[in-house]
Amino acid sequence: MIRTNLKPAVISAVVVVVLSGLLMGVRLNQDGTNLTLVGAGPDVYWKIAIAAAFIFFYNLFRDHLAALWKAMPGMPKTPVQLIEASKKPILRRLFWCFLIALAILWPFISNRGGTDLATLVLIYVMLGLGLNIVVGLAGLLDLGYVGFYAVGAYGYALLAMYFDVGFWTGLISAGCLAALFGFLLGFPVLRLRGDYLAIVTLGFGEIIRILLNNMTWLTNGPNGIGGIPKPTLFGLEFSRKASEGMQTFHEFVGIDYSSEHRVMFLYLLALLLVLITLFVINRLLRMPIGRAWEALREDEIACRALGINPTSVKLGAFTIGASFAGFAGCFFAARQGFISPESFTFIESAIILAIVVLGGMGSQIGIILAAIIMTILPELAREFNEYRMLLFGLMMVLMMIWRPQGLLPMNRPHLELRT
Amino acid sequence: MSRPLLEVSGLTMRFGGLLAVDGVQLSVQPGQIVSMIGPNGAGKTTVFNCLTGFYKPSGGKIIFDGREIQGLPGFKVARRGMIRTFQHVRLFSEMTVVENLLVAQHQHMNTSMLAGLFKTPGYRRSEREAMERAAYWLKRTNLHEFANRPANTMSYGQQRRLEIARCMVTQPKLLMLDEPAAGLNPRETDDLKALIAELRDNHELTVLLIEHDMKLVMSISDQIVVINQGRPLAAGTPDQIKQNPDVIKAYLGET
Repeated sequence: MIRTNLKPAVISAVVVVVLSGLLMGVRLNQDGTNLTLVGAGPDVYWKIAIAAAFIFFYNLFRDHLAALWKAMPGMPKTPVQLIEASKKPILRRLFWCFLIALAILWPFISNRGGTDLATLVLIYVMLGLGLNIVVGLAGLLDLGYVGFYAVGAYGYALLAMYFDVGFWTGLISAGCLAALFGFLLGFPVLRLRGDYLAIVTLGFGEIIRILLNNMTWLTNGPNGIGGIPKPTLFGLEFSRKASEGMQTFHEFVGIDYSSEHRVMFLYLLALLLVLITLFVINRLLRMPIGRAWEALREDEIACRALGINPTSVKLGAFTIGASFAGFAGCFFAARQGFISPESFTFIESAIILAIVVLGGMGSQIGIILAAIIMTILPELAREFNEYRMLLFGLMMVLMMIWRPQGLLPMNRPHLELRT
Repeated sequence: MSRPLLEVSGLTMRFGGLLAVDGVQLSVQPGQIVSMIGPNGAGKTTVFNCLTGFYKPSGGKIIFDGREIQGLPGFKVARRGMIRTFQHVRLFSEMTVVENLLVAQHQHMNTSMLAGLFKTPGYRRSEREAMERAAYWLKRTNLHEFANRPANTMSYGQQRRLEIARCMVTQPKLLMLDEPAAGLNPRETDDLKALIAELRDNHELTVLLIEHDMKLVMSISDQIVVINQGRPLAAGTPDQIKQNPDVIKAYLGET
């Protein structure tokens, strides 16, 4: 084994020495008008030597290493164990309870920045879960999901601007409005398959954004809409001074005003929305329509032969998925207080889709995990600003090679027959 | 004679310049097993596709259960009670066996969104009924022990039986089987024959069958229709067909 690896190992080491020697070992210095070649110090050469040795030995023994790695039961198996755990109903319930408890406690143990970031994560979780219905469950590739998000956000912002609608009414209306858009778009589009569907939805997302940009008389165009009212808790405001005819939260409860209250409230509100989303999707999965989605993804012709109308089942997925984007959009608008078409570019669609794919198509806990990764990672990697997209791309490529089924692939709850 | 369940007259299907089906007549009485036979490429499956709405026939009339159905989309035809299988097994292979049967009952179940979200009593009842029907047909097809296994883990013969069970849970009036015995060993074929005959006798089911296994066809059919190059060649009881010189020449061969 070692003998066969000797030649490639030597070649690799030589390549390392030549490449890094040229790249790091010598440097061009500008000396007046002349360029001079300067050698690096001995420490650099030592580093190159160590790297070359490492590559040499790695190539020499890599079969052994691979065997060792396979024999090791630890690392690569963790996700599988998680799924095993989730198969057991009691453990699964405990796990979810723990997760929810942690999520509720989070704003009290974290600082303001952490809570704010977590709110953002929750928005993406909601979007991911919504898109998951369309992409993961019904198997329809939707590249314009951000369009519905925009419809929800602008729906609330415009209603608030022109009709003084409050947050809670706005939330319902935004969801309905986005669902209506989903329905209208789905109607002509769902006869298309695969790639064609992806292109049309991509176009839809762009059309929404461009319309919002250009209908200046209605949407204020690229300047966006500001002063969107914040959410209230049973009519209680989260501000220092109440506006006319309103009461503030801190006066009502009798504590000192702190700007953190609002951040916490927004977080808990987002959490509530996510929990409702999770509940609804969980039920949907167990309902006939959830089964029909999976069946349709597997074999559309067989579905038709059994009397299932593919168009209406797909339309259901599209509409429900869109309505969750509407809710998320409305919350986003209320949280930011200002929205402009710039928040709804194609990259948002791509990120949401990445969350779904990364998490494992159809899997809910996977999507939560992926949303956390996709939101936190860019924050952590702020220092490597230029390389962020590079890292993102690298992560996607690696994922597709090693875990194409996603971090935690779906395990749809099945009805079982007792035998 | 009572009113036929399915009456087809002058059925024509044209693909561009190719006349795949030309003037096919068919009359299926309720409670009968009618077989359609003919050489490969004779247009049998095309007839099936026309009947079940997968193709839009270029001409002709299809009356099913007293109503014209030509040109209706496939899922609507299926909802009228005309359920078919395919030449190849088309199960939802990643789903479990019992879930395959639940999907098939989609049209009979309570699909209201709110009922499902809040699990109303009506919704629970419809779910329980669907489970019971699934269990019943799994027992009848001897697949009960596989109920919670993914469909693709079963053997080919079992998958074929599951397909029939999946058709039966939809409570069809007419069951259309496209080469159900293809790829089965002689014993499985015998089981299949017993199952089909039993469905007719005990469930008053009408069956339209495409099959190449002459032993099966001749022993089970009440009527046989022979199609050759898209045209009807002969029709009659198995004995009549066996004697028919045209059929012998075109399909059965001299013995």
